[in-house]
Amino acid sequence: MVDSHIQSWVNGKFESSDIASNTLLLDYLRDRGLTGAKPSCELEVCGACTVLIDGLPASSCATLAVELDGRNLETIEGLISDGRLDRVQRAFRDEFAFQCGYCTPGMIMSATALLRTNPNPSRDEIIHWLDGNICRCTGYESIIRAVQTAAQADEDSVHDTSNPEATND
Amino acid sequence: MTDRRNRRDEPFTAAGYSVPRKDAEAKVTGRAKYAIDVELPRMAHAAVVRSEYPFARIRSIDVKEAEDAPGVIRVVTANDFPELNPRFGHIIRDHQILAVERTMYQGEPIALVVAETRQQALAAVDLVEVEADELEAVIDAREALEPDAVDLYPDDSEKHANESFVEFQGAISSGFKNLCAQMDVEWGDIDEQFQSADLIVESEYSFPMIYGYAMEPYCAVVDYRGDLIDVWTTTQHAYSVREDLARVFELPMSNIRVQVPYVGGAYGTKAHAKVEPLAALGARITGRPVKLVLTIEESMLTTRADSASIRARSGFRSDGKILAREFDIVLNSGAFTDNSPLVTNKLAHRCFGPYQIPAVKVRARAAFTNTVSASSLRGFGAPQGVFAGESQIDEAAEKLGIEPTELRRKNLARRGDEILPGKRPLETDLIENMDILTGSLGERQSNDDARGRADATRRERLLNGSGFALSASDAGSHPSSVAMVRIHTDGSVTGLISSTELGQGRTTALAQIIAEELCLPVDSVAIADPDTSNTPYERATGASRTTALVGRAIQAACDDVRARIHTYAADVFGCGSENIRDVSTGVEVDGHTYSYGQIIEKWFGAGGEAVGVGEIRRAGDLDALPPFWEIGTCGVDIDVDAETGEVIVTNMVTVGDVGFAVNPAMTEGQDAGAAMMGMGMALHEELIYMDGHLQNSNVVDYRVPRMKDLPQVLNQMLVERRDGVGPYGSKGAGEGALNPMGAAVTNAVSQAIGVRSYTLPLTPERVWRLINSQ
Repeated sequence: MVDSHIQSWVNGKFESSDIASNTLLLDYLRDRGLTGAKPSCELEVCGACTVLIDGLPASSCATLAVELDGRNLETIEGLISDGRLDRVQRAFRDEFAFQCGYCTPGMIMSATALLRTNPNPSRDEIIHWLDGNICRCTGYESIIRAVQTAAQADEDSVHDTSNPEATND
Repeated sequence: MTDRRNRRDEPFTAAGYSVPRKDAEAKVTGRAKYAIDVELPRMAHAAVVRSEYPFARIRSIDVKEAEDAPGVIRVVTANDFPELNPRFGHIIRDHQILAVERTMYQGEPIALVVAETRQQALAAVDLVEVEADELEAVIDAREALEPDAVDLYPDDSEKHANESFVEFQGAISSGFKNLCAQMDVEWGDIDEQFQSADLIVESEYSFPMIYGYAMEPYCAVVDYRGDLIDVWTTTQHAYSVREDLARVFELPMSNIRVQVPYVGGAYGTKAHAKVEPLAALGARITGRPVKLVLTIEESMLTTRADSASIRARSGFRSDGKILAREFDIVLNSGAFTDNSPLVTNKLAHRCFGPYQIPAVKVRARAAFTNTVSASSLRGFGAPQGVFAGESQIDEAAEKLGIEPTELRRKNLARRGDEILPGKRPLETDLIENMDILTGSLGERQSNDDARGRADATRRERLLNGSGFALSASDAGSHPSSVAMVRIHTDGSVTGLISSTELGQGRTTALAQIIAEELCLPVDSVAIADPDTSNTPYERATGASRTTALVGRAIQAACDDVRARIHTYAADVFGCGSENIRDVSTGVEVDGHTYSYGQIIEKWFGAGGEAVGVGEIRRAGDLDALPPFWEIGTCGVDIDVDAETGEVIVTNMVTVGDVGFAVNPAMTEGQDAGAAMMGMGMALHEELIYMDGHLQNSNVVDYRVPRMKDLPQVLNQMLVERRDGVGPYGSKGAGEGALNPMGAAVTNAVSQAIGVRSYTLPLTPERVWRLINSQ
């Protein structure tokens, strides 16, 4: 039953939708073709469905879509700009920091939030931030390397759509 | 026949380099499509009604209320398809798609709700009323094999064997109650050898039920139109799924098209058919395309690894020489056969280790129980068997007062030795591997480095230990693969194979092999997604076989397409084949160089392509089985917190004996992932049954390794002796670093606390109890 109206920024674009109040954010995104966030544990522990709400990581499997109202949402689909991978994405490619790739969108979103908050994280800080993202393929070491590589990349900042009013002209 | 192992001695152009993965862009942008992302017009959604009983006879299933619920199209039960075969299974057809009369385990599918949306289907699941008379269940595997046990399958007519696994049909008609499979291995005079032993070590080991947790849950989308079935699914084995569907629906294989996009993790858990028959039934009965996506909790009720109870006995001479090893193994295989006969077979082969042993006797039996049906999981048979076998070697070393390395050095098989009589001889140098491994073990980090997070009081109660273990697995599976290579007029190439992209990197590694063979840039080679109507037969994506064996089929296809280009050139120029010479990216005819594309266009007059086909089968240098021995060489340095029992891995070392790394970064990735998965099994993972009910079917209560569990140091080495049967001397990778990890961690903990565990996992509670048992 459609009973709620929400207005939000999704990857830098203003959007207005009518939804059922019990719609999960993950389903809301996937129904709109944003399938980068992946369902897995459905218990808010694996991180495969991680998106950023107002710049902070959130599990979209355990968040209601209505909570988006008035807020800014970023998904993996928003990181690429002008067809170019951003530095976190490039680092994941260059460090072979994925195998099956199912956890990768969530992992990259958590890493993105970390690097915006802390541009030069220590190994322990990386582990602390990414401990909520499970990867079953890589054994994690390559992911830590990727975050370190991204942190050192020669670029002013991680591509940032967390302040859409500034970038949305 | 060309010797493919080392036929390229000139510098490599494409193979052997860590070229970026071809799936990188799709996977880092979220654009990679998995089966769970597939949508079709008019698609309906399904959800599963599951048994609450461990074992019960069904009296009635009332679907009326559910069928009246909003959006529900149909509720399907086993009564709705009397014209079909109600059971599937690639070895024995005994896996009921929906419970027929009896429900065999808690969590078994009883009915399928098909509705307009997934939410509507899930909501209606609770409205299906199942009435059943509970029966006495059997959960423990050794109890299941006792003469007075409840017989789960009094009527063997429910079990039909399939043609391509004749070697496993024996157990069906054995007459033994609840026996799913049996494997015996025996050589030498076991009694005589034990009699002459100075030391006999004997223990019973317990390896728990494990869940592989692929992060993409089981899912399938099926469109059933007339007598054509289109399937998109998250499987490792497109062709095995096709064959099971052909049997269930009695259709020609050619009518069934199975497509496999990117797979979100597999590790064996997605071997063979899982939810595809169920989704296909829903599609057939409703006339709508049906998508079935399980939750992870339901995925944990779908498959697991066989647990094993292993009674092991080994006899040694006082100088450390192994004289005899005897294993009595019982696997808990759950409700249905699935792949457990192969697991049983492999466990029997993988438990005694790569040693020169005068006498061996192994009896491995798999039992049916009222638990989730067990099947494949990475390295199957080896993690269970090596845990017992390599734990016992260390225990003997301690009792004999010999260093574990020296005891092994005395017994390890040498290159060319048969470690399993009649099988392919060992093609590696195990002692050298062991020395490389142990050279990086036992180097304690300074307390400040390694124990950075520990405060001073905790540091004082940390106990150090170091341990390692070795294994050799008969890997590779039966060598049946077909590959096709298509050269297009612009010189680019499409490779067609049905090995699935599980993350292991087949899309990249096989493209590198084609590029190497045809002297092309890797960028101009694309590998198609598996599709049983368009990509040729593949027996398995598993047993670490893809690079080595599918790589061989790809090489043969490249030879074939080159021969075809020669035929075209001979036609076009009216010359004999002796005038045509292979050059980089084309051919030379009478001093002029032509690209592949030019030859193709000249021959066809307009457009066209050149197609090559290659295959491997059990013949020539692939006649001896296994196709290759997969070697496991790993060790750990650990700290044990004496007060909490927590085991902290400070240094993890793996030696990948891979022959040749086609893509070294990806090969190291396989080893790192396997080692970490093995560490999870060693320290945390265990499915727990109580009163026939699975207690921890979620990833909170079933704990897999997280980033905080990562060892402080991961020390990875690759050994490339170019001694495998695969392209350029490659052999399998992907399971080796997992297989000995349970034993390696156990040996390290034993050294740290002075007490040995015969049970995994080594949870803090178990280790604490061991410490306090002294």
